[in-house]
Amino acid sequence: MKFAIAVFSPAHAPSSRRALLFAQAALAGGHEIVRLFFYQDGVHSASGNIVTPQDEQDVPAQWREFVTQHGLDAVVCIAAALRRGVLDEQEAQRYQRTAVNLPAPWELSGLGQLHEAAQVADRLVCFGGN
Amino acid sequence: MKRHRSPIGSSALGAIEMAKSLLIISRQAPWSGPGAREALDIALAGGAFDLPLGVLFLDDGVFQLQAAQQPGQLQQKNLAANLQALPMFGVDELFVSSVSLAERGMDAGNLSLAAQPLDEAELSALVDRYDQVITL
Repeated sequence: MKFAIAVFSPAHAPSSRRALLFAQAALAGGHEIVRLFFYQDGVHSASGNIVTPQDEQDVPAQWREFVTQHGLDAVVCIAAALRRGVLDEQEAQRYQRTAVNLPAPWELSGLGQLHEAAQVADRLVCFGGN
Repeated sequence: MKRHRSPIGSSALGAIEMAKSLLIISRQAPWSGPGAREALDIALAGGAFDLPLGVLFLDDGVFQLQAAQQPGQLQQKNLAANLQALPMFGVDELFVSSVSLAERGMDAGNLSLAAQPLDEAELSALVDRYDQVITL
């Protein structure tokens, strides 16, 4: 089955970790993930600036490793990210901000990517909605 | 591995023949943060691509439909004008939970946007009817 996975919660919320576990289980079960889309506070789950205490799960690092390892299409909504200070190199330059905190493999793009994923996927699964 | 995306992120949308329908369930009050606006943005973006969409206002989301609000008093922008854009973007399947309205002392006949009130059984049927559902 083809899954699109949308994440609306930051890395410290249990639902971000649940989304990661679901995504890992989906691939392990032989399913396909057509896209990860991080929206609302979910953009924080992609931040490269989060420092997790040593005895806690480093969820943002785990997301990065998972996405990189499987070569997944991982999109962070650009409007939601700008609003919350999650910037890649290009946006930090554009708005003259000192911090770049959206490393590869994440990409900033628009809401059309969410709609496209919902069209292509058999199931859209959302985590961390209110 | 850099992918090439179209600027609006819609490369494959134009080629879809039988589009899947999407129900957006909006549960945030307009003054509680960007949640309500961001739910609306999903609907407007989808409407721009002529996708079959519905929007359901549920729980505190029904406060978005309260008429004559003055968000300027809270130094906030008015969401009502953006909500009025939904029909212009072809999103006219608008629903509201009658239970959520009643719980908040609101009247379905006095909303800022024409949304169809649905009871609990009708809500279940509505969610069933759509291919995909987003709740936020």
